[in-house]
Amino acid sequence: MATKIFKNIESSAVPLPTENIDTDQIIPARFLKATTREGFGENLFRDWRYDSENNPRAEFVLNDDTYSGNILVAGKNFGCGSSREHAAWALGDYGFDVIISSFFADIFKGNALNNGILPIQVSEEFLQSIFTEIYKDSDASIKVDLEAQEITLIPTGETAKFEINPYKKACLLNGYDDIDFILSNKDKIEEYELRRQYV
Amino acid sequence: MGKTLFDKIWDNHVVSNREGFPDILYIDTHFIHEVTSPQAFNGLRERNIPVFRPKQTVATADHNVPTINQHLPIQEELSRVQVDMLTKNCDEFGIELYGLGHPFQGIVHVIGPELGITRPGGTYVCGDSHTSTHGAFGSIAFGIGTSQVEQVLATQCLLQQKPKRMKIEVNGELQKGVGAKDIILYIISQISAAGGTGYFVEYAGDTIRSLSMEGRMTICNMSIEMGARGGLIAPDQTTFDYIKGRKFAPQGEEWDKALAYWETLYSDDDAEFDKILNFKAEDIEPMITYGTNPGMGIGISQNIPDRNEFDKQEQQSYLKSLDYMGLKDNEAMLGHHVDYVFIGSCTNSRIEDLRQVANFVKGKRKADNVTAWIVPGSKQVEQQAKEEGLDKIFVEAGFALREPGCSACLGMNEDKIPAGKYCISTSNRNFEGRQGPNSRTFLASPLMAAAAAVTGKVTDIREMI
Repeated sequence: MATKIFKNIESSAVPLPTENIDTDQIIPARFLKATTREGFGENLFRDWRYDSENNPRAEFVLNDDTYSGNILVAGKNFGCGSSREHAAWALGDYGFDVIISSFFADIFKGNALNNGILPIQVSEEFLQSIFTEIYKDSDASIKVDLEAQEITLIPTGETAKFEINPYKKACLLNGYDDIDFILSNKDKIEEYELRRQYV
Repeated sequence: MGKTLFDKIWDNHVVSNREGFPDILYIDTHFIHEVTSPQAFNGLRERNIPVFRPKQTVATADHNVPTINQHLPIQEELSRVQVDMLTKNCDEFGIELYGLGHPFQGIVHVIGPELGITRPGGTYVCGDSHTSTHGAFGSIAFGIGTSQVEQVLATQCLLQQKPKRMKIEVNGELQKGVGAKDIILYIISQISAAGGTGYFVEYAGDTIRSLSMEGRMTICNMSIEMGARGGLIAPDQTTFDYIKGRKFAPQGEEWDKALAYWETLYSDDDAEFDKILNFKAEDIEPMITYGTNPGMGIGISQNIPDRNEFDKQEQQSYLKSLDYMGLKDNEAMLGHHVDYVFIGSCTNSRIEDLRQVANFVKGKRKADNVTAWIVPGSKQVEQQAKEEGLDKIFVEAGFALREPGCSACLGMNEDKIPAGKYCISTSNRNFEGRQGPNSRTFLASPLMAAAAAVTGKVTDIREMI
């Protein structure tokens, strides 16, 4: 499956300042029984979004019409825990293209990138500025320029550069995926197998 | 300059490292299970490509399987569909499957080591974050997402950025009643659930050396709970003795060749780490978690931290967590009531864990208010427990010995902790709803769990042995 092509965006954002959001919260285990990649969005943050009778919890941000947009801004260490890629699928299916946090768990970061979702790591200060502006004005928008590796908080003009592996950047911009790349090196793999030392 | 153990293994598996690109890393064995593989197989079908090295893939069913009446068809429809799909995919793509009913079936991280598939110096991946368990043998092992499962099926390789290297040393003698689970819960409580992010950790020091293979697996298993990609321990005589004679272990001349290589697997004295941490075994008490991530743990004699120990941003998440758990800051964990006890999961479901629990509960009886489940990690562990008569001890003590699987670690099967109830669990995660919607989990060692089962409340194991 080729990755979807990432386009630069300018959007309002959804604030979720909780720290250490694990992938069990993003998509609980009982929803992992599907055998396709589609449809996980309706169960995104299921137990935070709905009570045990399946009524929406008014206090949860995804149930609050005030906030919208395809950027999720979250507290530090986002995506820790299980390696379930379903978490990235759920975020993408719901409509998020960018996740901003001051820290991402490794496996989640990889899973997001492999599904055309851009995780942007910013400083703790910048993250707090974003929260402040969103809470001041829920329409406050954020501009993301992947080519320039730059994120701008429009109301304040505050700008930061962000890191991304150049190879993954090229994949996002062009819709390539890792399998295409590795298979183009098939001869090297077969060569390696002949000289493989490990028994 | 010398190399770390991690570098030696990594460098030995690099197929290609082109400037500006991640390394292409060769994977010796790929473990798969029913939950994170179906979409990967669909991907292969869409690309119309085969599994590149089907003989280097090992499959089992573990996350969804019921732990009673495994000989009957799975009752829960979606679970059955997922397990059936694994069978179909393995048939179609020529992969060996240890499915339900097979004598080797079990939790993927339990069967790899016990079958002699996991060995020093190898590279192992699985679509499960606790793949880090296999690092106990001095190998590079880590969890991957489904797109990467597809990558490995298609190419037997993974594109990977080389992580940074951390060494965590533990030295000194452990207190009575303190074991591997306490060591790792202690380390995570000290460095936080994100303290290892970006690193691959080598555990060293004489305390780590003194652990059995089972104990080492418990330590490496929870590396992911500090955010590390994986953890590993240099192989030694304990490792070699464990592997020798196992089903798929090298034999005869092959064994000698393998051993000669395995003996070269250690970090050189002058190897450089990006970070080194030291801990003293004497400082470690029996541990228990109070919160909703594995970093929220304390020694059993301590109280839950005061809210003012956290800065303003952290405080909000901290109080949310305590609210979920129905606990208050400054409160003691000792004496807190427990409704369920779960002894199992890829952290603590091995024969040594079961032996330890049986040895403790022999002649005792569980408290009436507690439901106690013991779920072995594999058919082989279950079989061995029966051969050793542990099953009778458990039954007499009022514990239910169930059939193998992931069970109430994540509650993908029927084994769930009801909303609001407290479970002292030997599993690896206390996340909100992990063991069932609104369930509340205290993580602890098998001995601490067994003690709580007997007294019906959180108890200091040191006072009972």
